[in-house]
Amino acid sequence: MLKTQELTLNLGPHHPSTHGVFRCVLNLDGEYITKAVNHTGYLHRGLEKLAESRTYTQFIPYNGRLDYCSGMLNELTYVTAVEKLMGITEEIPERAEYIRVIMSEVQRLANHAIYFASMALDTAGATAWFYGFRDREKCLDLIEMASGQRMMPNYMRIGGVSDDLDENWFKLLKELVDYMPSAVDEYEGILTGNEIFQARTVGVGPVSKEMALDYGITGPNARASGIDTDLRRDEPYSVYDRFKFNVPVRKNGDSFDRVMIRIDEMRESIKIIEQAMKDVPEGPIMAKVPKVLKPPVGEVYHRIENAKGHLGFHLVSDGSTKPYRNHIYSPCFVNLGIFPEMAEGLHLMDAVVALASVDIVLGEVDR
Amino acid sequence: MQIFIDLANWLRAWILGMGISTTATELILTAVWTLVVILFVLINLIVLVWIERKSSAFMQQRRGPNRLGPAGFLQFPVDIVKVLGKEDITPAAADKFIYKIASTCAFVTAIVAIAVIPFGPGMVLENLNIGIFYFIAIGSTATLSLLMAGIASNNKYSFIGGMRTVAQMISYEIPMVFSLLGVVMLAGSLNLTDIVASQKNMWFIVPQCIAFIIYFISTVAETNRGPFDLAEGEQELVAGYFVEYGGIRWAIFMIAEYGNLVAVCAIATIMFLGGWNAPFGLTFLPPFLWFMLKVYCMIFLFMWVKWTYPRIRIDHLMHFGWKFLIPVSLANIVVTGIGIYVYRMITG
Repeated sequence: MLKTQELTLNLGPHHPSTHGVFRCVLNLDGEYITKAVNHTGYLHRGLEKLAESRTYTQFIPYNGRLDYCSGMLNELTYVTAVEKLMGITEEIPERAEYIRVIMSEVQRLANHAIYFASMALDTAGATAWFYGFRDREKCLDLIEMASGQRMMPNYMRIGGVSDDLDENWFKLLKELVDYMPSAVDEYEGILTGNEIFQARTVGVGPVSKEMALDYGITGPNARASGIDTDLRRDEPYSVYDRFKFNVPVRKNGDSFDRVMIRIDEMRESIKIIEQAMKDVPEGPIMAKVPKVLKPPVGEVYHRIENAKGHLGFHLVSDGSTKPYRNHIYSPCFVNLGIFPEMAEGLHLMDAVVALASVDIVLGEVDR
Repeated sequence: MQIFIDLANWLRAWILGMGISTTATELILTAVWTLVVILFVLINLIVLVWIERKSSAFMQQRRGPNRLGPAGFLQFPVDIVKVLGKEDITPAAADKFIYKIASTCAFVTAIVAIAVIPFGPGMVLENLNIGIFYFIAIGSTATLSLLMAGIASNNKYSFIGGMRTVAQMISYEIPMVFSLLGVVMLAGSLNLTDIVASQKNMWFIVPQCIAFIIYFISTVAETNRGPFDLAEGEQELVAGYFVEYGGIRWAIFMIAEYGNLVAVCAIATIMFLGGWNAPFGLTFLPPFLWFMLKVYCMIFLFMWVKWTYPRIRIDHLMHFGWKFLIPVSLANIVVTGIGIYVYRMITG
């Protein structure tokens, strides 16, 4: 008899498919995974602790470093949390609210485009990768035009947004909105409609509804497993209650559904932008907030629908200019938690696909 | 129209004219032609890498290399010079001897396979009677060098890559050989020159179209190119069997891969696409150019497939090979045999 033994494979932190510096120790039986253990923390920068020594305003730029694929959404979460803490949520000018919604959805498009791209690359479809990045760049161009930065926009302000948008910007936004549906069709043509891709993703790493609830999975991943949840609809923040959009829900919860839910969401995002850009009111873009922010003593938890799930900020104020505690509820971290259970029994090639399909960004996992 | 043959005859006459014996002349000429073919394959690489990078760039809406030489044509030679300057690292725990010869072995098998390929009428280094058999035999040994690289590196990723290589190449060797068998039955010869000559009126792709498709699919797997590049498996195995290789040793693996690509495309041209025979009587181009044109069309097909499809999973690959390609290729042989029998009965 030949002696056989399990192979312990250290996947990461330096590995092309771990989306950053995620490390996973896999026990392999042949090429099938018998056990997977997550190790995070390689990108830990202590952002929560840093927040305690920064004023409320000074922490805004750090949000772009959390989930560096959806900076605008992170900033929106943070500033709305601070506004809630100060009790000025009602005072935000209409125009600022509309701009916030448009920016969020443009950022969501960019995030889902990069998700599609990395998903394509993790199944080795290098050409589809470029398609995703091409469109992401178009979205980021708009963000750059408004804020001056591609990925770390630092655009949202407590009480509004930093810069106003002119007619030219809206013209370019119109071009993007007109163009994006055809790009999404292209995605379906080149990747998700491909038989090899479907063979690689359908039924891979399924997450049942119960499992998703147990792990606290949120956002598109939860919707792929059949949980009908979307904070834009269920707990409308900003002016989301004024727009009509569908919440795509799928049943199987496998990798393919997780990809398709993003593709569907891109179409919905385009719808929201179309509605929002039609009736952006004129007016100021900043509420009258004091230069030095001193929120009253108390605490607040505010969450919004980030591109990856529920991103929440728990802020505790002691009445000074700096928060006593700033806790970030990260959707990436929660979604990553399911990976060990999902990976068990999978082929090594499928594990990479399953990991890519939950859409993690290590900047937010490790914070 | 036969520039190279004329050149050879002129060279032979010139050497004989210097008073050297006939045997020595043939020895010198063989050495010269071997060198010419090797140089041809290597220079061909520059064109191939350029085509690959430019065509993939076109498909991916990029520009591709565009700095060195016209349209980036000199990028690959400069890259080779660059990798020559890199430090040669051998992992401490590697089996050093096997680690070092593995890349050379891969290169040798790729070059040696060229020996029997007729580039034109009479333009063949060694007109073997069992040319196609020789090619298949040499092609099988390519597996060994990749396995050597995978195991000798003493790295878990390259180990898995090496295992995959063996499983994949052995599985796809069989349908490839079976698909070639149909052509051999039709031509009645294993000699590649004879096979080309028997396609004068009709290319074998017409009666053997199924065999051609099987050959194409299994050679994509044989040459480890996408979507069957599981041995490299960049996403999960980083680079597979050559993950530890760097500098010129890595480049030699890449050169070997392209060398194999040229060899299998040349065989596809010879076996199915009529070799140097001009289609529709368009004989204004010399046979050599027709041959190369067909080879390049085949190579472009390989690149097109590679840059379009995602990678297939290994168990799907195995199922496809054993449960689909092998039965179909066997059926093809049976049908071809019956067809030949019936044809002989009719024509007497």
